[in-house]
Order: sequence, then structure tokens, then C-alpha cells
Amino acid sequence: MAKTTSAHLDANGLVKYFKDEFKTKIKSAEVIKRIGGSNKREHVNIWMTIDKSIFKNYIKHLCDYQFPHLAVVSGNDYPKEIELIYHFSLDFGKDRKEISLNTSVFLPKSKPEIETICDYIPGALITEREKQEMLGIKVIGIPDDRRLFLPEDFPEGVYPWRKDEKGMEKLIRNLHEVKK
Amino acid sequence: MANQTTKTTYQLPIGPIHPALKEPVMFEFEIDGEKIIDAEVKLGHVHRAIEWTGMRRNPIQIIYLAERICGICSFVHPFAFCRAVENACDIDVPERAHYIRMFHGELERICSHMLWAGVAAHEIGFDTVLFLTWEMREKALDLTEYLTGNRVTKAIMTIGGIRRDIKPEQIPKIKETLQYLKDNFEKLRHVYLDDKTFKMRSQGVGVLTKEDALKLCAVGPTTRASGIKKDTRIDQPYAAYGDIDMEYQTPDILGGDINGDVYDRIIVRLLEVKQSIDIMEQALSNMPEGDLVSEPKIPKLLAYIKKTKGQGIGRDEAPRGEVIHYVKFDGEHENPYTWKVRASTYNNILPWIPMLIGEQIADIPIVAASTDPCMSCTNRVAIADNKNSKSYMLNKEELHKLSVAKTRRLMR
Repeated sequence: MAKTTSAHLDANGLVKYFKDEFKTKIKSAEVIKRIGGSNKREHVNIWMTIDKSIFKNYIKHLCDYQFPHLAVVSGNDYPKEIELIYHFSLDFGKDRKEISLNTSVFLPKSKPEIETICDYIPGALITEREKQEMLGIKVIGIPDDRRLFLPEDFPEGVYPWRKDEKGMEKLIRNLHEVKK
Repeated sequence: MANQTTKTTYQLPIGPIHPALKEPVMFEFEIDGEKIIDAEVKLGHVHRAIEWTGMRRNPIQIIYLAERICGICSFVHPFAFCRAVENACDIDVPERAHYIRMFHGELERICSHMLWAGVAAHEIGFDTVLFLTWEMREKALDLTEYLTGNRVTKAIMTIGGIRRDIKPEQIPKIKETLQYLKDNFEKLRHVYLDDKTFKMRSQGVGVLTKEDALKLCAVGPTTRASGIKKDTRIDQPYAAYGDIDMEYQTPDILGGDINGDVYDRIIVRLLEVKQSIDIMEQALSNMPEGDLVSEPKIPKLLAYIKKTKGQGIGRDEAPRGEVIHYVKFDGEHENPYTWKVRASTYNNILPWIPMLIGEQIADIPIVAASTDPCMSCTNRVAIADNKNSKSYMLNKEELHKLSVAKTRRLMR
């Protein structure tokens, strides 16, 4: 675990590495550069959308290339699907060469399930637990599936970040209906 | 021990209200005598639904909401949020604003690290050191007030720039404060790093190995003390950090080995205070002239954000480690479609567990405080004796006494 390869790819090289490996399963990839300061040094963000079927394999390839730092998993709730975005950073510690790799996966609302990545990156546990309770997804194989932030008496089936009927509106507008 | 058939371990809940932790958090320890053999952390006692609230506010209102996520990191949260919005909507920031943002970020780091150093000294029973440290911190807070009008919530961040300039007539006072901090730094270094008792309480205690720090995604001084070179300011040259000459602060700079213990975390934070003074001086001497904001008209800015569709992240090195905000705008509404905040302590929760296992009860305050958790504190610890289904309370003073008594024992 936690190995790093000597191979060093830049942002475009990294995108190519994944595209060669997974072909059309990489649905989109975009490299965005921003500059700062008087010296106009740039920092790089990669936004990549991948198919759910390759997700676990993708994480394995990423860890084989270089053990990443997982900052957090954020999520968007859309009418028909839920998007999870894994914010990784690579190449830290190499003096201004860090790449932010933001990987999106779309889950259908009918079956909002994703595999855990805790077996590769144990530090993902907290953020995976948070996604389960806040977005109402199911993380398959998570080592600890209890709630994290929400209190124990919080109603089942209500997910604060949902914008649909499973969201918080009822809890706020019609408190009597949920008997809280 | 190993062959005993009866259960010899007990559960010790600590928190959610606790002297070493500045915000409610709950620990459940499995203890065998004085020794901790397992630890678990429970969170959520102060979840205030800030993200949910923010998704119903416009970006300018969110800046002030973000400022109230944490009292000590009251600059870095709006900083990270503004960076996320600037990345999402492609808004430029003038060069001078980059420098002023960096300057205030470092001033906040000094205030935060000094506060932490004082608390750490208090945890192990050195209250004189607490007052020495906080006297120095007071000067940094005075400077914050002088430059922004507030001691804590600075309220000077805005999207596309900064709201308060550093004027030429303010420079002498800044230089005077920086000189004062530099003059007193040696005294501080001597107290924390050379004192025999300090070493006995902190060396080899609360060890986080490099491997664990990497696997558990630790951030900030906690991860640097374990020897991982990770500092968002250097990794990702945001604001004006790309112009600054700086190094990763790891404990081996002072010539020793990297152990990842409490002592190393003290070293890293002290070195970072010195580094921050240096960055502030570089910022002052290189600061270019120019505008403070790229778009001074707020309604125009909001109208632009409203019709922009995009997503962005903003990373920022807070005193405790990397903070990251994610923002998405849908192109139809003023308020963000999604706003996700990740504060640094969130990533430093799991590393607590390997740090605490194997330590003694009296070490809990200093080990828990050594990651500088952003958690609040008050007065109560309950000890539950499961075997006889009795429970009794240890209050703040008693737990603190245990910690002080250990220091006194070592000093003898």
C-alpha cells in the first residue's frame, strides 16, 4: 500500500493514461488551468466523468499509479440521478506540481449504489458515511455503515441534500407531519 | 494478561463536552487499566446545516455564513469559498488582492498556532507558558483589528478580490508587530522545544506513522509532522504563494528524525509561525499596486454568477490543514446548486485512532489536542463501569488534574 511510482505524468498525460486504459468508459475529461500571483504560476484541475461500471477498477488503477490524497467526496442531486465527485490530489510534495483530479460518477436514482473505496483508501470512511446519510446513496461493502453527523432520532428515509420528495422540506415546513 | 478469561477491559466515554476539545465531539475508549486499547469517535453534535442553509443564499451572503463555520479559521473558509466561485465562474482576481489575501491568511495562521500552543501547554499543566504564548498572540490579534476592524471575523473577503487595502501609513505598525514576534520567537522555541518535562510528555506520545497519515488522508501540520510533504500553499500555488520562497515544514528541518509524535507536531507549528512571519514580510515588500476587486458592483457580479453554469473547487491551506469547498451553479439561480464544505479536522478524525491506541488516559488531552481539533470544550467526562453497570462522572477539573499530576510525576 501507499506506493508511488517514479513515472510522473502531467495533466494531459494522466487523462491519456486513463483514456487508453478505459476507452469510451471515460465519458468526458477536461483540463482547466488557473493562474495566480505576479509570477503567473498555474495550477491544474482535471474534471473527469467515468462510467459507474469501471469505478472500482479506476480507483485501483489510480492507486497503482500513485497513492492519492482523497480530500472529500461531494455530491449533486439531480432529478433522475445522483452525481458523486471524488476530489483527489496527486503529486503533492513536488513543489507546485499538484494536480487536482475530480472524478464524477453518476448513479441512477432507481438504484443509487456505489462500491466502497475504503479497501484502497481507508481515509474515505468518514466521507462515505456522510454521503450515505446526506444523499441517501448506498455504499456497498462500507466497513461501518452507521450515521455520522445526523442524530440517532433523525427520521429514516429523509436525506438533507436531496432536492426531491426525500429532502428536508417536510421537516422544515410541516414539522407536525413527521411528528418531531 | 492474555490468558485471562474474564473481561478486563472497560469502556470510557469522553465527551461530547470536554476540556481538550474546543467543539463537542464524543470519544468512546476501550481501556485496560490506564491503557487505551481501542478508540472510537462520534461526531455531529454541532452540525448546523450550514451547507443546506447556504444553498438557499446568494454567494455574497454565503461569504459571511462561511466566515462563521469556524471562529479561528474565519478567514480561510470564505477564502476557499471565493476561490471555488472564482474557479466555477472564471472570475479574475487583481494581483494586489492576491497579496493581501495571502497576508491575512498568514496572520490568521499565527493567531491560530499561538492559541494552539498555549492550549497545549495548559493541557499538560504549564499555565505560565499559556499566558506567555497568549500575550504574544494578543499582539497578532491587535494587528488584525488594526487592519480589518475586527479581531476575529475579519469580514474582508469578497468574490474577485478583497474589501480592505493595506495603506502605506499602516506599514510601520505591521513591521513593529512582526519585529516583536520575531524577537520573542526564540523565547517560545526555547520553552517548547528544550524543556525536559515538555519533551517527556510529548516525545513518543500519540504517534502517527507516515503510512497511516497517507492512508487516512491526514492534512496540515498533523501530516507534515509525520513526514509527508503536503502543503496546499506550495503544492498548488494559489493567491500569491507562487511568488513566495518557501519550503515544506517537516520536523527534520531541525536536524532530528521524524517520529510523528506530539513533539513533532509542536515543532512543525512553531516552525510555521516563523515561516508565516517570513511570508508576511515577503508579501509586504513585493506587494504590487493596483485594484482591490475585479468587479466592484455587487449586483452586476451577482447577475453574472446567476447566468453562469459551472462548477469549481477552492482549496486553501488553513492553520489546521487543507480546506476544500465545492460549488456548482446551474445557470438559472443566484444561489449555488450545491455547496460542499470540507474543513481540515474532518480529515484528521480517523488519524486520532492510531494516535490514541496504546496511550494512557492522562495523555488523552494532549494527544487529542495535538491535531488542533476544531472542536469546542466544556466540562464533563463520564466513566461507565460496564461490568457492575455503575457509572460515575469525572469532571473537567479531575481529568485536567490527572494530566497535571502526570507532568508533576515526571518532573520529580
